[in-house]
Amino acid sequence: MKLLTTTAILTGLAAGAASAQEIRFQCYSDGNECEVYDDLLTQFEEQNEGVDVVVDVVPYQAILENLPVQLASGNGPDMAKITDLGGLNEYYLDLTDYVDTAYYEDNFGNTLDWYRAGDRQGLYGLHTQLTITGAFVNATLFEQAGVEMPGEGATWDDWAEATTAVAEATDATYPMAIDRSGHRVAGPAISYGAEYFDDEGNGSFDGFAPFAEQFVAWNEDGTMARDVWASQGGATYADAAQEFINGEVVLYYSGSWQVARMDEQIGDFFDWQVIGSPCGPTGVCSAMPGGAGIVGFEQTEHPEIVASVIDFLAQQDIYAEAAARTRNLPAHAGVASQGVEFEDSSEAAQAALNAFGSDLENVSPVAFAYQGYAGNRAMFGITVERLSQAIVGELSVDEAMTRMSEDLATATEEAQ
Amino acid sequence: MLTILNPLMRIVEIPMLALQRLLGINRLAWAFLLPNLVLFGLFAFLPVILNVFYATTGSDNVLLEARPYIGARNFESLTDCGNYLDANTCREDKFWRAVFNTIWFVTLQVGIMVGFALLTAVILNRDIRARGFFRSVFFFPVLLSPVVVALIWKWILQREGVLNAFLDWTGAGGINWLVDAGWAFGWSVFISVWAHMGFYTLILLAGLQAIPRDVYEAAEMDGASAWRTFRRITLPLLSPTMLVVLVLALIKGVQTFDEIYAFTGGGPGTATTFIIQYIYERGFAGAPRLFGLAAAASLLVAGVLVLLTLAQLWANRRNVDG
Repeated sequence: MKLLTTTAILTGLAAGAASAQEIRFQCYSDGNECEVYDDLLTQFEEQNEGVDVVVDVVPYQAILENLPVQLASGNGPDMAKITDLGGLNEYYLDLTDYVDTAYYEDNFGNTLDWYRAGDRQGLYGLHTQLTITGAFVNATLFEQAGVEMPGEGATWDDWAEATTAVAEATDATYPMAIDRSGHRVAGPAISYGAEYFDDEGNGSFDGFAPFAEQFVAWNEDGTMARDVWASQGGATYADAAQEFINGEVVLYYSGSWQVARMDEQIGDFFDWQVIGSPCGPTGVCSAMPGGAGIVGFEQTEHPEIVASVIDFLAQQDIYAEAAARTRNLPAHAGVASQGVEFEDSSEAAQAALNAFGSDLENVSPVAFAYQGYAGNRAMFGITVERLSQAIVGELSVDEAMTRMSEDLATATEEAQ
Repeated sequence: MLTILNPLMRIVEIPMLALQRLLGINRLAWAFLLPNLVLFGLFAFLPVILNVFYATTGSDNVLLEARPYIGARNFESLTDCGNYLDANTCREDKFWRAVFNTIWFVTLQVGIMVGFALLTAVILNRDIRARGFFRSVFFFPVLLSPVVVALIWKWILQREGVLNAFLDWTGAGGINWLVDAGWAFGWSVFISVWAHMGFYTLILLAGLQAIPRDVYEAAEMDGASAWRTFRRITLPLLSPTMLVVLVLALIKGVQTFDEIYAFTGGGPGTATTFIIQYIYERGFAGAPRLFGLAAAASLLVAGVLVLLTLAQLWANRRNVDG
């Protein structure tokens, strides 16, 4: 009897294990994204009995560094939230056969290309989080200093002048700060004339020098927070969000994903606003688009389920709920056109998100192309490493530019 | 108990006897060593072989079959320099910056650390008050995780850290320690000495305690001064231990990575980037992942470490032979 009972339990467990289809979803959060997806996917699990979507929450660094190695060795998850959109293309599951492609073309047409590379031109990713870079300004400091805030169309030089005056008048530590990231400086660099592609459409640092010279000069004369770029090595990411929140920086150039953090942590401490991206001497005022998306991987044993999980999250009502709860700009055209009432957002946060949203029209086509370029991750890293060396004086700007081109040639050669 | 064990022993005995007949009694030892050798080979030699494979192949693909053979090209990239004393003239300038940083770091860190460890050991070997407490105090940093060490010192040294708050309070004014290359390097050496000195102090203390007391008593009776006793008795008798400490510290110094990476990230620029961080960044943190270049650099480092180990063996033998 005892044996029978044991056998029955083991058989039951085996049957359960056979019927339960487990999908591993590797996810990182800028705010509460993974928590929200986990909650939304409970609905999916209820609608699809026997499917268990396990959301593995990992640090962003794991997505950048560990996931590519996992995928290369064939031990990756079934799906993941990623930011290296074109770079991981070779591993993506093509959703074309599983979903209504017209729906995706209609609603995500602008971002689908970011997930494509080379010959692989299918339908790969659901862009869940549309981001755009831009500047946060401490309006209270401007008020205290009695300095007028530069208006629409103001250049980086105008802002440098104004924020320096504000910092001097208010004893703020730094007039300006930009995140230590190749992505973050790309918008300003394009505004200064960076082309990022050669005539054949390959990655290039042509036209990057004017911005590099200006950026290094700003770091030398104290206009930029030198700590952000100079106190790290390699291509390590660093931001100045905490310095801005502490009221030490007058203008902080980062992106729309910081709105929730600013909203929560600044509170009534001071008034802040988003001013979009200042213009360069060429008259271009480009930001850099970007964001994160959810993709499935070819190595999954359950391609149909992975596709249906992604498709579930792509549906307008679900997508709208996720955007509202995570306070992210929607990449879904239908959701964007209806407008999103972001949950638990203050007036300042709502205004900031709207400001970021409306700045999308100023984004240069070069920036869109650069975001979708499969080699952009390498170019971001090279930019950070060499620009930092120029800032601390290890290289001149000219030497840094030469090294950037050489590094890019090596990276391109190795990646082939 | 024996009634249970005896039949079991007999079961084992049968295949053992068969094995002995097959291999002979002299070769039987190899059969016993085989499982250990297989495991050792798997975890020690296989990675070395793989490293050689990666170092001689190209592409950013981690799969062996997808990597084309490129011969010594990675080694050529690493060693292609106009002037070996100027990293800017080298094709892989970051490798040479890391090499020079490592040489400077090891020289300073090992020199200062062994010197202070010896001084501390000599003091702690004397009959001072609260000797046990001080021995614990000096050893305590060794117990801390490298990341904890880094975070503690980062907290102290960052722009708005404890040290600058103190300096501001005294009116001296703060310094941006981690943004200045010289200061960041200096503090990296200091922190490394602080974190590891206790371990070497302990080894030297054991060496000091192994020196027979009667030698000191004879010196005292002969009226030798403290300095002369130290120079003529302590140092010569401690030299085998000093040698071990020196070589261990050198090897550990070359391998420095975790605490400094967590402390400065290798910056400002490449001021505190050491060779292991270079390998890590080339192979795992950057894009594309240059596994071949990282493997070639790690083989060069392995070569240096083998030389250091051989030097230790040679010096040890020279010591033993007198």
